[in-house]
Amino acid sequence: MNALTTMMLLPILGSLLIAVIPSDQVLRIKQAALAVTLLVAVTGVLTWFNFDSADTAFQFVQSVEWIPSFGINYAVGVDGLSLVLILMSVLLTPIVVLAGWNESEGGRWSAKVFYILILVLETMMIGVFAATDVFLFYVIFEAMLIPVYFLIGGYGSGDRAAAAVKFLLYSLFGGLLMLASIIGLYVISGANGGHTFDIAKLSEMHNYMSSTTQNLLFLGFFIAFAIKAPLWPLHTWLPGAAASGTPGTSVLLLGVLDKVGTFGMIRFCLTLFPDASRTFTPVIITLAVISIIYGAFLAIGATDIKRLIAYTSISHFGFITMGIFAMTTQGHSGSTLYMFNHGFSTAALFIVAGWMASRRGSSKIADFGGLQRVTPVMAWSFFIAGMSSLALPGLSSFVSEFLVLVGTFTRYPVAAVIATFGIVLAALYILIPVQKALHGPTTPGNENLPDLNIREKVAIAPVMAVIIALGFYPAPLLNVINPTSAHILEVQGFTDPLPSDSAGK
Amino acid sequence: MTTSTSLGYLIALPLAGSIILLLAGRKADKWGHLLATALSASSFGLGLYQLSQMLRLEPEERAFTQKLFSWISVGTFNVDAGLLLDQLSICFVLLITGVGTLIHIYSISYMSHDRDRRRFFAYLNLFIAAMLLLVLGDSYLNLYVGWEGVGLASYLLIGFWNQKPAYATASKKAFVMNRIGDMGLSFAIMIAFATLGTVTFAGVKEASESASTATLTGIGIMLLIAAAGKSAQFPLQAWLGDAMAGPTPVSALIHAATMVTAGVYLITRSNFIFDAAPTAQLLVVIVGAVTLIFGALIGTAKDDIKKALAASTMSQIGYMTLAAGLGPAGYAIAIMHLLTHGFFKAGMFLGAGSVMHGMKDQVNMRRYGALGKFMPITFVTFGLGYLAIIGVPPFAGFYSKDLIIETAFNAGGVKGILLGSMTLFGAILTAFYMTRVMVLTFTSPERWEEDQHPHESPILMWLPMVVLAIGSVTTGYLFTRGDALVHWLEPVFGEHGEHTELLPHKVVSALAITAVIIGASIALVKYQFSEVDAEAPNKVSILTRLARKDLLQDSFNESVFMRPGQVLTRWLVKGDDNVVDGTVRLVGRTALGAGAELRRTQTGFARSYSALILIGALVLIAGIWVITQ
Repeated sequence: MNALTTMMLLPILGSLLIAVIPSDQVLRIKQAALAVTLLVAVTGVLTWFNFDSADTAFQFVQSVEWIPSFGINYAVGVDGLSLVLILMSVLLTPIVVLAGWNESEGGRWSAKVFYILILVLETMMIGVFAATDVFLFYVIFEAMLIPVYFLIGGYGSGDRAAAAVKFLLYSLFGGLLMLASIIGLYVISGANGGHTFDIAKLSEMHNYMSSTTQNLLFLGFFIAFAIKAPLWPLHTWLPGAAASGTPGTSVLLLGVLDKVGTFGMIRFCLTLFPDASRTFTPVIITLAVISIIYGAFLAIGATDIKRLIAYTSISHFGFITMGIFAMTTQGHSGSTLYMFNHGFSTAALFIVAGWMASRRGSSKIADFGGLQRVTPVMAWSFFIAGMSSLALPGLSSFVSEFLVLVGTFTRYPVAAVIATFGIVLAALYILIPVQKALHGPTTPGNENLPDLNIREKVAIAPVMAVIIALGFYPAPLLNVINPTSAHILEVQGFTDPLPSDSAGK
Repeated sequence: MTTSTSLGYLIALPLAGSIILLLAGRKADKWGHLLATALSASSFGLGLYQLSQMLRLEPEERAFTQKLFSWISVGTFNVDAGLLLDQLSICFVLLITGVGTLIHIYSISYMSHDRDRRRFFAYLNLFIAAMLLLVLGDSYLNLYVGWEGVGLASYLLIGFWNQKPAYATASKKAFVMNRIGDMGLSFAIMIAFATLGTVTFAGVKEASESASTATLTGIGIMLLIAAAGKSAQFPLQAWLGDAMAGPTPVSALIHAATMVTAGVYLITRSNFIFDAAPTAQLLVVIVGAVTLIFGALIGTAKDDIKKALAASTMSQIGYMTLAAGLGPAGYAIAIMHLLTHGFFKAGMFLGAGSVMHGMKDQVNMRRYGALGKFMPITFVTFGLGYLAIIGVPPFAGFYSKDLIIETAFNAGGVKGILLGSMTLFGAILTAFYMTRVMVLTFTSPERWEEDQHPHESPILMWLPMVVLAIGSVTTGYLFTRGDALVHWLEPVFGEHGEHTELLPHKVVSALAITAVIIGASIALVKYQFSEVDAEAPNKVSILTRLARKDLLQDSFNESVFMRPGQVLTRWLVKGDDNVVDGTVRLVGRTALGAGAELRRTQTGFARSYSALILIGALVLIAGIWVITQ
């Protein structure tokens, strides 16, 4: 059976299993959810090993007719880009389940519903990256909103209902624009070889479009992805949603779902509309640079630890977007690696911040103080996660961030130079909360906070291990990413700029 | 070039130590410090072994390389995790592990009552590993890893007692200011890759021969910014004084002998860039000259013994930077002063720690006095370091500083006279502030607070001080005998080169000794032969007041960068909610056709919205224009 389809089916079957466990057996439900997500992770790793990184075509391909009258297929397949993101998603999900073991309690609905939602979401996370049929992608893209909406609105904290609605409306708006573009594509394909949603065939359609049409269709996709990513100025839904969701939900939201935006920019915007991509590159790079600096400043000014992390992500997504549109191999590979690394470093930050907040009963930075003395392991975990967020060399994010910067510099030096100022701001947005929450004297209310228990240590250890290991040895990922990046750029007709001082020789 | 298979262990040993100590937790409290010291000593032993290997080879073959693995490889951007041990890096390896091990030994005793001694040793080992990577990396990117690694270790150690808010702030300040320097290093690497297509030392050296001057000047200036951040050189010097919040052994190792000299390493390592970029080289000289006076002036007014020594470090590194900016004639001399300084300054910092140990952590020199009687070993070892730094023959600093002054004069023309005079003036100031420290602490009448019972420190503390003092006495002679160090480094820096001799060697020596006598005499008159106030006097000259406030470096940074930055942050936070999200809400409401709601919003914000949308659009257009240029 197809590996991707198997991976997508497993969580669905798992959710059916959970559905038949009685609601009062909460522990059994959690164990089942953990077992299923672990199984999916193992399947993901096996798929990884079976992937031939030298082959740039889609692999593990399966295509089944779904709605033949419209030419819609259930079609899946992966290249280096989507494989990396699928691997990240299936590795993060069991960690989220284990780290947020008690997150489902105190929600509007039962634990059972919570884990069914998580598992359904996992299926969609795999599907959204694996889909090679544009309509299938769109359906999953929109359908993913539903479990997330219920996870935030049903199990979150604070003003969760409002945050969930804002998230939903914002995303739906983007989705509608994308739908319009997809219909446009479909119509054009009908006049040029037959109606289809197959991405390979659709990627020929730009030859039959006027530049205006291409620009408009491009924008439909791009705005949807820019909301998802999120890119300045379409980011304002994120901090609220991330702060209101349970920590686990927010990890999946920031770590995985937002990546659909940057993934989509590569997979759809560049592939389907190469000329429009070139046209809009200056605007997009500018927006990306603004996101980097703007997100960093807002993170510095944040008073809530969860919102702070959300703002740092806006800055990081700026880097990813900039790397994509720099159109160099370093920029592209750096961005894809960045997506993976950001998943883990943000997961680490958000998971630990979630533990801090649930222990303290508040996520206001000012309510913490001197945790290093009280809860050393938790404090260290937060610190290492923070160092990864500020891209300390030796940790994974440094490799990707530097690749993005150097890859951008060769083509857009001004943008790269401005973006590099982000590394100073990053030092501030990490060290300020570190100082306030972990250092200084232990402030009232924090004296008796318990340190991490065994379950929590087991949950965070693999994240830390990935962050450190990939910092020193990113080759396993880069070997898979590089051929895909090179292939995408080749199709786009871009070659890396030559070293300028030796160009004449 | 000779390939080696053992360079990695130099770094791996202390790195393993730090990991074991951090992961083992409280279980390792009993033996952690011993393991860390042993590992640091093993690295030193390995360094000596490498030196012996080098000595067996011809000078041109003494560079060892080792490729560990391919680190980052994308397109033409290929960076190996590769190590390079040559005549320059072996100097640093031995300094780092040698002085490092002595300071490990010292700390066993100095930190024995601290509940977190194990963690302290873990950080020390982490520092040794990172610093070794910094000097052993064979490319700018590998160096970068060590560069930020030592920054991290420095941050952790400055904030070792971060329960005190001021110390936590000091550590953050050091990290952030260092990051500004690191940004310079990032730019240098990016420019090198974009223009030369490589980031390894060997590759850049080769490519630099045919590179444009503009490119090399750009890289050089960026490297200088990096060096200024790490080495506390003007204008990125403000963090060093606050870094004294760290335990004193840290000040000795990181903030005197090794890490802060990394900038000098970077510049001398990149000699092939600066040699071909006169503008960048001139800037190096200027930064060095300004900092050597700047630091020395601050040093004259500090009453905190550690801060006085920190100001002195800044000034001495200024000397090194100046020398490094003088080109082939200066590189080896900069390294020589760096090494002799490593001995005498580390020794004096340990001495200061010993004094604090005997004086209940008192750091105010106005509350010292007459301690020579009570701490004879500390007095003598500190005294030898003192004689070395002010440049009394035949102590180490005399040789190295003398050479800097001479080389400065010999730079020729107005530049030579100007630089020579500044180094001489610096020598007067150095003699003054160091004599002041010496007199206030050891020889003037006592001004102790009540309940002080000063005593000599235990053997584990004084033994390293004695070893360093021996170094302060002998190294200058050893390095200059037959131009030993200059010849040793020749394969890295190239031929010393002929230079015009403005002043004969003997005249320079005479001038330098005169400078020492002037500076020391003034200090003796002021502090030994007149009464010293136990409280810092208020009626002092404007210059003293400025020097006490570090020549307003903090006020400047705060009013130019920090406060505007805070205002901007607040403005953006408000703007994000009111303007950016406000626009979204407005659009949402408009779309929903909520008429009443809309009217209310409009009366409040429409004007500001439209104005800000206009500004936003203009910024966007400007940005696009700039980027597409």
